[in-house]
Amino acid sequence: MTVLVLVEDGEPSQQTLTLARTWSDSLHSVRMDAVTPFAPDAIAAIVQRAADALSAAAVFAAGTDRGNDVMARVAARTGLPFAANCIAATAGEVVEVTRQRWGGSLLEKSLMMTVRPLLTTAPYAFRAAEGFTTIAVDVQRYIDELDPKDLVVRVAEHIDPPGGGVSLAEAKVVVSGGRGVGSKEGFAIIEELAGLLGGRVGCSRVVTSAGWRPHSDQVGQTGTKISPDLYIACGISGATQHMAGCKGAKKILAINADPQAPIMSLADYSVVGDLKEVVPAISAEIRKRR
Amino acid sequence: MALPKHARVVVIGCGIVGNSVAYHLGRLGWRDIVLLDKGPLPNPGGSTGHASNFIYLVDHSKEMTALTVESVRQYRELGVFTESGGVEVARTPERMQELTRRMASAKSWGIEPVSLVTPAEVKKLVPFINEKIILGGFYTPGVGVVDSLRAGTLMREAGIASGALQVAANTEVTGIDVKAGRVSCVRTTGGDIEVETVVVCSGVWSPRVALMAGAHIALTPAVHQMIDVGPVPRFAGARSDIEHPIVRDMDTNMYERQAGGDLEIGSYAHRPILYNSEDLPSVQQAALSPTEFPFTQADFAPQMEHALELMPEIVGDEKVGVKYAINGILSLTPDGMPVLGESSDVAGLWSASAVWVKEGPGTGKTLAEWMVHGQSEIDVHASDAARFHEHQKTRAHVRARAAEGFNKTYGIVHPAEQWASNRNVRLAPFHQRERELQAFFFEAAGWERPFWYESNAALLDEFGDRITRRTAEWESRWWSPIINAEHLAMRQRAGIFDLSAFTIFDITGMGALSAVQNVALRQMDVPVGRNVYTPVLSPHGGFKSDLTIMRLGDEQFRVVTGGASGMSDKKWFRDHLPADGSAQLHDLTSAMSTIGLWGPRARDILSAATSADVSNEGFKFGTCRWIDVGTVRVLASRISYVGDLGWELYVPMEQGLLLWDTLWEAGRPHGLAACGIGVYGTTGRLEKSYRAHGNELETEYNVVEAGMSAPRVKAEDFVGKEAHLRHREEEPAAILCSLTVDNHTSKSGEKRYMLGREPIVERDGKRIVDRKGRGSYVTSAGAGPSVGKHILMAYLPPDKAHEGEELAVEYMGERYAVSVAVVGATPLFDPENLRVKA
Amino acid sequence: MKILVCVKRVPFTGGKMVLAADSRSLETRHLGFTISPHEECGVEEAVRIIEASGGESVVVTLGPPEAVEQLRDAMALGIDRAIHLQTDGDEWDGEATADAITAAIRAEEASGQFDLIFFGNESADACGFQVGLRVAYALGRPCVTGLKGVKLEGSSVRCEQDTGAGRDVYVVPLPAVVTVKEGLNLPRYPSVPGRMRAARKPVSMQTPARPEQSLNLEELSVPGGPGRQTKLLGHGGAAAPAVVEMLRDIGVA
Repeated sequence: MTVLVLVEDGEPSQQTLTLARTWSDSLHSVRMDAVTPFAPDAIAAIVQRAADALSAAAVFAAGTDRGNDVMARVAARTGLPFAANCIAATAGEVVEVTRQRWGGSLLEKSLMMTVRPLLTTAPYAFRAAEGFTTIAVDVQRYIDELDPKDLVVRVAEHIDPPGGGVSLAEAKVVVSGGRGVGSKEGFAIIEELAGLLGGRVGCSRVVTSAGWRPHSDQVGQTGTKISPDLYIACGISGATQHMAGCKGAKKILAINADPQAPIMSLADYSVVGDLKEVVPAISAEIRKRR
Repeated sequence: MALPKHARVVVIGCGIVGNSVAYHLGRLGWRDIVLLDKGPLPNPGGSTGHASNFIYLVDHSKEMTALTVESVRQYRELGVFTESGGVEVARTPERMQELTRRMASAKSWGIEPVSLVTPAEVKKLVPFINEKIILGGFYTPGVGVVDSLRAGTLMREAGIASGALQVAANTEVTGIDVKAGRVSCVRTTGGDIEVETVVVCSGVWSPRVALMAGAHIALTPAVHQMIDVGPVPRFAGARSDIEHPIVRDMDTNMYERQAGGDLEIGSYAHRPILYNSEDLPSVQQAALSPTEFPFTQADFAPQMEHALELMPEIVGDEKVGVKYAINGILSLTPDGMPVLGESSDVAGLWSASAVWVKEGPGTGKTLAEWMVHGQSEIDVHASDAARFHEHQKTRAHVRARAAEGFNKTYGIVHPAEQWASNRNVRLAPFHQRERELQAFFFEAAGWERPFWYESNAALLDEFGDRITRRTAEWESRWWSPIINAEHLAMRQRAGIFDLSAFTIFDITGMGALSAVQNVALRQMDVPVGRNVYTPVLSPHGGFKSDLTIMRLGDEQFRVVTGGASGMSDKKWFRDHLPADGSAQLHDLTSAMSTIGLWGPRARDILSAATSADVSNEGFKFGTCRWIDVGTVRVLASRISYVGDLGWELYVPMEQGLLLWDTLWEAGRPHGLAACGIGVYGTTGRLEKSYRAHGNELETEYNVVEAGMSAPRVKAEDFVGKEAHLRHREEEPAAILCSLTVDNHTSKSGEKRYMLGREPIVERDGKRIVDRKGRGSYVTSAGAGPSVGKHILMAYLPPDKAHEGEELAVEYMGERYAVSVAVVGATPLFDPENLRVKA
Repeated sequence: MKILVCVKRVPFTGGKMVLAADSRSLETRHLGFTISPHEECGVEEAVRIIEASGGESVVVTLGPPEAVEQLRDAMALGIDRAIHLQTDGDEWDGEATADAITAAIRAEEASGQFDLIFFGNESADACGFQVGLRVAYALGRPCVTGLKGVKLEGSSVRCEQDTGAGRDVYVVPLPAVVTVKEGLNLPRYPSVPGRMRAARKPVSMQTPARPEQSLNLEELSVPGGPGRQTKLLGHGGAAAPAVVEMLRDIGVA
């Protein structure tokens, strides 16, 4: 039995390989950048044909934007079922999968009726082993035989991010404000602390809905998912929608007047108090010690 | 923060109510006060946190108005009150009439200034209103908006600063221990606290918290829908939360207020949506807060149309969006009043629940006074937590009445309006007979009581012109001229009355005499077989109650009191039983039924039914004893609340029907008429200037002012004695008088009849205020068919309390001439009391 | 221009997920419902396009009878009419959902093709990441996913995808299908007149039969695991020194 793994441009996702290895020792791979510029329908066509050629028992990819996109296209072309963001999948006549819902706030156990499950793996959701290798599929033949209509959707242009600096997703420290900040102006103290720590400002969904911050600052299930070394959540209650975006943080410090706010028990560190008092005090303390 | 192991009092709930109760207890000298909330501070997630926070001053209820006015005083003192003014607008002629009643209530309770305004004037006050759809408004400049969370914080801080108060947020009460009927310990997630007293100020959670101690608080969480629309271009430069008058669109049960750059629209118009206390979500579970439920759009659809009609400029603006919409949860009670005071279920467990932001601080102060001094400055008998009869504490009753009352929040409620829901829950044994006589039933304490009998319509012809007819719809509502006909039939022959709603309890035991002496103003050490009508005083010498006590044995006293105040009176007696257990209280309300038999032919009728000597010599006024009526042993008490010869006849509940039938049969040759409570409670009583608790008799007035002081005061000690002795030395600030209406004719030529609570003013309309600052108003109003006058009772300052003094009453926006007929307790009818003693 | 937006009714959750007794759905007794956030932006974008260029917008959902509330919500924002594919409340997998929507679109397109069809990138609850693409394939139209920028340029649409390191741009011919993400725009609030109009706008109702599912939900669970041990660093501003110590310990200050 062999399985096919769709790997991202650079290194394959160890997470994905870890799950794929529970199915088979024989891992074949197709690279997402087999066609450049990126053309998701073309990749999906290649995956479809490679899987057929290999008689792959399953196809795996990482549950990234592109991973889920291409896998859904494979599903659409083949009529096979697709389970996104899995953390477990057991091989068998009926495939039992455990996958994330609500951005990871809930888990779903489902049974897949299929000969070839299409699965993506949830990032950060389970421990990945290291050191797996794959056999690269020779895709040139499939590329040569591509149907031109599979090249209609294709990256035509890339726009670099404005301003430089680290992105929210990559920042080592993120200081976020929520409803408790109270206003657009209230973010001054959040910005100050983020600046002192060399980090980025984030916020919760309430804040972007109110128009206090742009959506690009939003941490959460429908915003940016982050994995900084430290996440400081100020005046954020910790609704599931928000936690889905920040649970990848190595450490979380929550500052909230309400010790019963959900985030206060989901964080590594907590300070009970009004953020308008606590945040400036931390900034002052940092300055004092410099 | 660690909780103390012991506290004088634990106050549960950091909403506006709990904060102010704790603060005022400290201010009055209590120490070791602990204030808890399961939520965080300053907004623990209860109803205070989403309140619209505006305060209208005028309510038809004197008690509610007083609590509100006191609250505003405190909010102003705390610097959290912003005066904005408020206009209640009318879309219908009925509402315009109602607004004139509001003018009258404002004058009765001393709310100034207020005015009726034209649509054009409303437009001036509220430029964004569509004045074309309104007929006018009632403007109160003193209406305003408060910051209730800040008020709470300031009160907590003051309590902490004084050393009286410790506050623990995020501390949930998990249990309340009761030992020997009294609270002993509050168990919390932060540790256990031994306590003497607990105050439940937990709002919509109060029933759940009280139940931990086994006590019932009759309230239900209910939805009040609110939306917030904005940004409103007109409010773009708003410098504060409120800069325009708040509008109440009374006829659609809605309000609209500016809230910064937005407009807030609230509604009491939607279907009643009730929850149970135990079903509210936790802080963690709730998407917003535990008392902000998801908005149910469909329930608000008609309200949007109404808001659009009234404020098209704002609400109709396509660029103004619905930014926020919730089903806010607040507390409703079965009778619309708060639940204040000590529970009758568990000693030491107090409640300040079902209190809204507008009356919060006033309630806190009132409850604290009550706890510390045993009496509050404001009489809150209508809010007394002990007022509920058992059936009124059931969930079914609470929900039924709360649902019915919800849509009356801004309703035009007639003073005699009866509830439609949950009726027929307590029936007299002769109820079927009353139905056969086509009784029109009013409810008292759950009892169905005939107010009049349609079968007596024939009496209308008999008494012809002596019966005043009413043409105005308002005062014909919940009324019938048959009441007056029954009255005249009783005065001429005899009437039989259903008095089953009486609350009856015995005080027995070695300590019984001292127990009743201690609460009664009058001498209770009377011979066995005497009945005594006595005021019951509050510690400050005001009226706690008035009732009758019969001495049935050396160690047995039977207390008879009204249904409405019965439970509260029972608690009062129980609380004042000797500590050594030498006297006991037994409630006989559901064991005994009572029939009243009065009129010049009453003796003839009773003697036809009994072999007992019921002659004037054989059965003197003011006495009571057991007599046999056929096979029924009846406790007969010669006493009268209608001013005629006759008896109250107490009978075992299961023999009530038999007694009724026996008397009915015996009365037939004498022209006995079944008479409703309309005669007993109004016409008969008023002709005799008999006082009623809750009308004339309140803690705010004393015995001397009510004209009820006896020549001597008994030597024995009793509650309120010291104050009473002092009152006897003082010149009274007001004297209760009976007035009669000189001219009933309105400007439109229709004759009008006052119903009570209207202001008594000078002929030029000037308000009359006594030296204690109490305004004169009609405490009771009703026909006096035998004297041919419409009678009003009112307290007047001594300089106005003269027979023949010409005054006026304001009613429905007009003034009617009245004159003082008698000063003090002298009755208009049969002033020598010859009839009762005949 | 004729535009379709597909939306899904999802609960508006708080801080804690509570499961129903059978562990097959969320306990929603205390929860409100909303259009899945990504799709709210789809609705807004559709309304803006029609406002700018004229034409007609339609919203479709597959969901229980109560999902009509979300259709009205969309119409309150300016969508012209709605199609309700009514279910009995059971969940449909991605394939079945896509088939039902495809069938509804085909029927609807008898009276004119949709130039552009909006989906959310993934639903907030099921997070299946596939319905839009499956529909696009079935209709034989190009589909670009995860968009934070959608701009009509003549007979094609310019699509911008946020990659975390800038944006990838695709230009595809109409008719096309796009799946969008929150942040595409800031959705407006409904006006009161909008709400009132929405109540009168037409909703056509169909009840497609639920086919055999290839992904069958067995059970839901709330992820447990060791979680984090929370250390309280103090109360109020007085906690600042302890916070800075911690920052030093973990090497960020």
